[in-house]
Amino acid sequence: MNNDAMNNDAMNNELLALEGVGKSYGTVRALQDVSLTLRAGEISCVLGDNGAGKSTLIKIISGLHHHDEGSYTVGGEEVRFDSPRQALDRGIATVYQDLAVVPLMPVWRNFFLGSEQGHRRWGGLRLDADAMRATTREALARMGIDLHDVDRPIGTLSGGQRQCVAIARAVHFGARVLILDEPTAALGVKQSGVVLKYVTAARDAGLGVVLITHNPHHAYLVGDHFTLLKRGRMAGSHPRDEIGLEQLTTEMAGGSDLAELSHELARPAVTGPAVTGPAVTGPTTTAEPREERPQP
Amino acid sequence: MSTPDLLAQDALVQDALVQDRPAALRRLLARPELGALIAAAVVFLVFAAVAEPFLRVSSLGTVLYAASTIGIMAVPVSLLMIGGEFDLSAGVLVTTAALTSSMVSYQFTAVTWVGVVVSLAVTLAVGWFNGWMLGRTRLPSFIVTLGTFLMLTGANLGVTKLVSGTVSTKPISDMQGFASCRWLFASEVTVGGLTIKATVWWWLGLLAVGTWVLLRTRFGNWIFAVGGDAAAARAVGVPVARTKTALYLGVGFGAWVLGQHLLFSFDTVQSGEGVGNELIYIVAAVIGGCLITGGYGSVVGSALGALIFGMASKGIIYAQWNPDWFKFFLGAMLLLAALLNAFVKRRAERGPR
Repeated sequence: MNNDAMNNDAMNNELLALEGVGKSYGTVRALQDVSLTLRAGEISCVLGDNGAGKSTLIKIISGLHHHDEGSYTVGGEEVRFDSPRQALDRGIATVYQDLAVVPLMPVWRNFFLGSEQGHRRWGGLRLDADAMRATTREALARMGIDLHDVDRPIGTLSGGQRQCVAIARAVHFGARVLILDEPTAALGVKQSGVVLKYVTAARDAGLGVVLITHNPHHAYLVGDHFTLLKRGRMAGSHPRDEIGLEQLTTEMAGGSDLAELSHELARPAVTGPAVTGPAVTGPTTTAEPREERPQP
Repeated sequence: MSTPDLLAQDALVQDALVQDRPAALRRLLARPELGALIAAAVVFLVFAAVAEPFLRVSSLGTVLYAASTIGIMAVPVSLLMIGGEFDLSAGVLVTTAALTSSMVSYQFTAVTWVGVVVSLAVTLAVGWFNGWMLGRTRLPSFIVTLGTFLMLTGANLGVTKLVSGTVSTKPISDMQGFASCRWLFASEVTVGGLTIKATVWWWLGLLAVGTWVLLRTRFGNWIFAVGGDAAAARAVGVPVARTKTALYLGVGFGAWVLGQHLLFSFDTVQSGEGVGNELIYIVAAVIGGCLITGGYGSVVGSALGALIFGMASKGIIYAQWNPDWFKFFLGAMLLLAALLNAFVKRRAERGPR
């Protein structure tokens, strides 16, 4: 594996680091003592169940919320973002699951939204629509997305394609850190595969990627580092070579909680009509409960 | 073969089929103003058939004038609707603009241009207030501008009575600068029996600028975005609140132009006028293909909407029908247009499948 070599020269490539970060909403502690380091060319996965604090974490990284405790550094410099724009200016782009794009706008308008390109002759006032169309087509092609008609509303693309366009957009506009919020949550198996392919394409382009997901299978396919969140706290932080998929799945599913759950769900001592109607799905569920969750 | 595979294949086949259709035709079918264009043609043909005077050259001037007084406001109102907001104060703001201009000039016995400039400042201030309130309070624009609408309606009457003692302003036609203001806002040119009023030029000018801004500038891209999905727009760095405020300033500007026209063509202004016109502007925008929920529409469409309004309001008179039915017709038109827009939107979202 080239992992070691990569780690060595990546040591100085630290893009961002969170150190003991916490956040409260009123009296509710949404997040406490979370640490995370991201280097260039690395995919760092953040895993957790619903309500584990994943969204709070991205909102802090992407500049939508302030953190209350700990430190957040970008390129070694402590930061406190007031808006997503400021984070963007530091090269931190976020692709949200549901608000990545404006559905009724053409693909090329979405691609350039917020970073529109003007004609030089008109002092940048007039949009250079043809150049923007061509650039969109090229940038998408470079990421391996073949889209002939960039004039169609982006809402007509599939969920996976939309995510891919949003990722290609972030890469094109010079993002150094890409934060992906549950990019595969609403997608089928095939579509998820496509999106994960573009995630690795972004990594190969030298970006650091924070991948938020609750699907350990998807995370393990691409991740270099895994951070587990549970009820707002860090429940584990492992580099890839220290953890296997099975262990990750178990930890993700709640470790001891799962054992308890499996005990509760177990059939009551065979025979007899104790359970009426269809039994509680039988032993396959308890063996691999993760299969239930992320399916679209 | 599994279901996803089949679906994917199906999509591929359909994609290939769609590619065969000429791109120009596909694009035309997805245009927001297509419905308005067809409706305008139908309305024209109907009145051309039933009302003989409708086809005279002089009638064209009358129809264009009626259309322009709606169209001037329909341009900024449609931009605002594409940006996802309403402005119920637009109708009375026109009256406010005319009243302010007249009273400032009269009370200070100033050159009428002073009133004109103060009036612009006032209408822009009202527009800015609407936008600021919207951004600050996050209330729906329906409520915010309903408030401004009522306040302006009251202030128009109250201030006019306080200043002039009556509900209308004093004549200002003998004042300095009136002639040049009249030339700019209310003159007319007659070419071969066709009388074109100044409002028509203003309308065409605003139309050209409005559609250019919407389709060819960065700001236009932002208008579509804040109306289509404000949260997504904010996430990629679009200044949502400022974009909306700028759109309200546009409405203020339109109200100023139309207000000056009313003042300099009729000399005096009735302070109770303008109520209800805001809905006609919205109707024109909707007939022109603007989605009530924002994010989709066209400025050119709003002009077609205004033209339909002009043809119908004058055509009914030429046809010697009872003009009471005009509003009924307008309402039916609005419902049809809204239904059509919803259909076009669904098509656009689903794509050419």
